Amino acid sequence: MKYYSKDHEWVRIDGDDAFVGITDYAAKELGDITYVEIPNEGSDVIVGDPIGVVESVKAASDVYSPVSGTVIAVNHNLDDDPGIINRSPEEKGWICKLENTDLAELDDLMDEEAYQKYLKTL
Amino acid sequence: MISFDYSQLKASERQEIFLMLYETVLAREHVALGAKMVPFAGWNMPVQYAEGILAEHAHTREKVSLFDICHMGEFRVRGENADAALDRALARGVADQGVGVCRYNFLLNEKGGVMDDLIVYRVSETEFYIVVNAAMREQDAAEIRKRLPEEIFFADESDATAKLDLQGPLSAEVLGKLGISAESLPGYYHFTRAEIAGIDCILSRTGYTGELGFELYCPAGCAVELWRKLLCINPVKPAGLGARDTLRLEMGYPLYGHEMNAGTTPVEAGFGAMLHLENKREFVGSSAIRTSKPARFLKGFELAGRRTARSGMKILSEGLELGSVTSGTFAPSLGKAIAMGYISSDLPEGTPCAVDTGRGLIEAKISSIPFFRNGTARKKIDIF
Repeated sequence: MKYYSKDHEWVRIDGDDAFVGITDYAAKELGDITYVEIPNEGSDVIVGDPIGVVESVKAASDVYSPVSGTVIAVNHNLDDDPGIINRSPEEKGWICKLENTDLAELDDLMDEEAYQKYLKTL
Repeated sequence: MISFDYSQLKASERQEIFLMLYETVLAREHVALGAKMVPFAGWNMPVQYAEGILAEHAHTREKVSLFDICHMGEFRVRGENADAALDRALARGVADQGVGVCRYNFLLNEKGGVMDDLIVYRVSETEFYIVVNAAMREQDAAEIRKRLPEEIFFADESDATAKLDLQGPLSAEVLGKLGISAESLPGYYHFTRAEIAGIDCILSRTGYTGELGFELYCPAGCAVELWRKLLCINPVKPAGLGARDTLRLEMGYPLYGHEMNAGTTPVEAGFGAMLHLENKREFVGSSAIRTSKPARFLKGFELAGRRTARSGMKILSEGLELGSVTSGTFAPSLGKAIAMGYISSDLPEGTPCAVDTGRGLIEAKISSIPFFRNGTARKKIDIF
């Protein structure tokens, strides 16, 4: 299942793990992404914590974790090729993988349909 | 997230801002081409088209791009002794400028601060064309008019004039396809009158990208036709202000409002030698510039990695604050981040320093300018 935040992050629950990234809308708004700051493996994050930065030629944006958990993997492919996020924001452009997530926090996020509705209000 | 420039605003608020903006005669063309429009210097301008800034940047370096620069201002000055009057009004010599030559120049205040940077075209012994920044146009028109004797003709022709920049190594060939022979093209920083696709233009070999390129001035009413005709020629593609900024920064070209303002002198911005202060020529601001020492120095910075320094971030060396960043970007042609900024001492190239992002430091070093050294701006045009 996939959930979305108002800040345009997504989280995909995959068994015990949660993949986190930024949405297609966010990637399009930012334009060509030139740099991604990735969280450290092993760090504990709380929902709403800044876990990274995504920079494009024209703008920089903090990425806030949509859920709490422990970072168990980060996508190092983004180090040299941050444009992956433009090409595949919600698949290959994942930023980090968390475990020990608190599933109750997902209630505060939107499902795809609600997120698409939300985008229309912006 | 998210700090998109205007997207944090509600749609109604955004609309209000856009309603207050000027539009160039090409605004509808941009929207039809899928441009993302943003406010710039009071104008609603294309920051990028569908392919994006990186693609537009590369296309300009490798082939040829077309930019809408209609927002900039154009003035005409004419009269006996107009050259002597402009010579006093502007920081670089005008009286010794040849007919058909473009010269980068500065409008200074009495303190030697830059009110604007501009380009003067000498049309004839007694006639000049001056191209100024969009945001400074009204100020410049009032100030230049004030500095000229009454009998000299001055007109702000900006509204009636369109400016299209054709930039890239293939730009001369594109003009060739429109009937402008290579032999008749002006040399670097020269201009000529030319009929391009049946439209009467001023054609100058100038630009803001570091590549071989031309700036075309035509009547505003002909702009759409000229724009479309140029875009029909393979491989011309439109490019927006985003690519214009990354291209100019790779060349270390200053942008007014960032690298220069009324509080900085041309000497501080690195243009001291251009002023030929050793000559006795008097101009507005000359005594202040001759008697004051530069308080800061504009430098280029090469950053370690891809992370971008943004305008306003502090530049540090050994823990001490040296100055601040005026512009920064990821440099697409170099694959790393670069910046320009002012520091309080004239440190040499290679000096290590750091940029404080507010959340951490980015290692940097002072770099020579231009950052990008393979531009074709000055290359000899092949006869094709």
